[in-house]
Amino acid sequence: MKLKTFLGGIHPPGNKRLSEGKRIEAIPLPQKVYIPLVQHIGAPCEAKVEIGQKVKKGELLADSQAFVSAPVHASLSGSVIEIKNYPHAGGNQVKTIIIESDGLDEWVKEPQNGQNPLKLSPDEIKQKIRQAGIVGLGGAAFPSHVKLSPPKEKKIDAVILNGVECEPYLTADHQLMMEKPADIVKGLQIIMRALGVKQGYIGIEANKPDAVQAMQEATKEDSHIEVVGLKVKYPQGAEKQLIKAVLDREVPPPPGLPMDVGAVIQNVGTAYAIYEALSSGKPLIERVVTITGKGIKKPKNLSLRIGTLFSEVIDYCGGLTGEVGKILMGGPMMGLAQYTTQVPVIKGTSGILILPKGESPPTKAGRCINCGMCVRACPMKLIPSILGTYCERDLLDEAEEAQVLNCIECGSCVYVCPAKRHLVQIIKYGKSAILAKKREQKNKS
Amino acid sequence: MLAAVISLGGLAFILALGLGVASKIFAVETDPTVEAIAEVLPGANCGGCGYAGCAGFAEAVASGQTAPTECKAAGSDIVAQMAQILGVKIEETEKKVVKIFCQGSSDNCKSKFLYEGVFDCRAAVLLGGGYKACPYSCLGYGSCVKACPFGAIEIGPKGLPIVDEQKCTGCGSCIRQCPRGILRLLPISQKYYIPCSSKDKGKAVRQVCQTGCLACKLCLKKCPNQAITIENNQPRIDAQKCSGCGVCAEKCPKKIIQLASNG
Repeated sequence: MKLKTFLGGIHPPGNKRLSEGKRIEAIPLPQKVYIPLVQHIGAPCEAKVEIGQKVKKGELLADSQAFVSAPVHASLSGSVIEIKNYPHAGGNQVKTIIIESDGLDEWVKEPQNGQNPLKLSPDEIKQKIRQAGIVGLGGAAFPSHVKLSPPKEKKIDAVILNGVECEPYLTADHQLMMEKPADIVKGLQIIMRALGVKQGYIGIEANKPDAVQAMQEATKEDSHIEVVGLKVKYPQGAEKQLIKAVLDREVPPPPGLPMDVGAVIQNVGTAYAIYEALSSGKPLIERVVTITGKGIKKPKNLSLRIGTLFSEVIDYCGGLTGEVGKILMGGPMMGLAQYTTQVPVIKGTSGILILPKGESPPTKAGRCINCGMCVRACPMKLIPSILGTYCERDLLDEAEEAQVLNCIECGSCVYVCPAKRHLVQIIKYGKSAILAKKREQKNKS
Repeated sequence: MLAAVISLGGLAFILALGLGVASKIFAVETDPTVEAIAEVLPGANCGGCGYAGCAGFAEAVASGQTAPTECKAAGSDIVAQMAQILGVKIEETEKKVVKIFCQGSSDNCKSKFLYEGVFDCRAAVLLGGGYKACPYSCLGYGSCVKACPFGAIEIGPKGLPIVDEQKCTGCGSCIRQCPRGILRLLPISQKYYIPCSSKDKGKAVRQVCQTGCLACKLCLKKCPNQAITIENNQPRIDAQKCSGCGVCAEKCPKKIIQLASNG
């Protein structure tokens, strides 16, 4: 099999051995769950429950009228004890519903198997996906039903399932593909039906030959689905890079979207959640998370309820090995550093990475030496060194002209930069300043 | 020798004549008022007036689009000169200076985490809303210092900005760059001010900062001139009503109400 890929990118050490091949386990019922009202990109939800109210597993807790939004559900049965601002993995405080377990773990409506989701109409599928609160489980948490509702003039002809998992350390998607290949394929078939697409692909990096084999086995009977082996390179799992590798199409710069080149991408975990929601009516209340890093005693792949605190997960995995350097939600490249372990697992939590002290030492940023390493590494064919300088000096028009908005913030440039410049952070600042300026101009006119 | 002097001198004379004629024929007509006004303006191009630099402002003033007092950087003397050029009378406006509405230095305000990113407040605030536990506090990375066209702000030993009132013209360039919005203009005559921007309730403020306003309303109750109002848990002193008696500063349980100006 010839392996496909994209131009640019980097080869960080994979470090996947720590949790690779470990079966997905469930952890004991948590005492309390902390369910934030913002777990997705889009409009925040409004609480539909009150303090003191009894709720059951799978019950709707909060929803929003907005199209780009996704409801949240109770992940265990018990009573709502507080609704207050609480730390969120994003770093800010977010309104959170706190539920104390009654120990019974009762469903509001027991999931029933035996329904055939492929008999539903596309609109019914989309509606059910929204009701189940499903968002992209790869990390960005974009509401799935929005991706499945492209405007009429955009002709979609391919669905790609993202089983790349190019972030070092993470193995959650890999393990899911090993354990539930048939369900993932059914999820993909549902997505294809919702979009009326004939051709599906499953993209997997070549460092997971067993997953490639398992998925090939599961797709044997469906000739419209192809498993595509991809070169091991970061960020192979980014949407635009995956489309380039699998379909050889290039997504135009923002506001261009994958749907502009006829493609829709969904994570394999999302496909699994879609299958579960539509076949048995189970809303998104748990997800597979990798707990890994040299800082944790027993790295594992766990199925965690949304709202479980990081501290509880760490305790279940045998605790910390010693002094901690950094705790990240997600992988080492794009993960978010945490300042407390009292934050809950949310829909977008693909991993909890614990690095021991010394593995992520503080760095002092130097000046650009014009070596051009970042240019070679950039998967978006940008010039990060110049973009960084523009953003540092507030030359926002110049930065925009140099396509700064095209940056996917993958961190490849920072990884290779010998001067250790904080390129992604300063580019993020520049992007936010440009977008704020645009909003202001729009409001004026 | 003589030939060289004559030929070069002649050449110089002819070219000078050409330049002289050209300057008469192609002369750009300029409004003498604009030039006169541009002459007296501070020339820092701070943009505080909303026009593209001092030249743009001078044109706007001369054409009557804006008033001379709109120049934030000009003192009363400069405004008076502009008024004289324009032949109008200007009511005296009071000079305003910038004040920092936060005393949460790293000794007083707790930190959430160790920050090691870009040395700029506007970038630092993107990371989890800033490293300080108070979401309204000064981050101390000096975006205001870089923004000031008059060099009036510097970061002091406690990691908080200090404003040199002599140099500050009240142009507001720093205010536009502060991601927290903790810089505000105060009339120079105002005696007291309350340096805290927290919109949280007392309990939350007490948890994160030693010098935060608890919004206890004691100052509001004790003020003999009813000069203090409270909104969003932030007390504000009305400069018009304040007599400068200092009762509020004395009664404040946190002793955070400060003398605003030395003069």
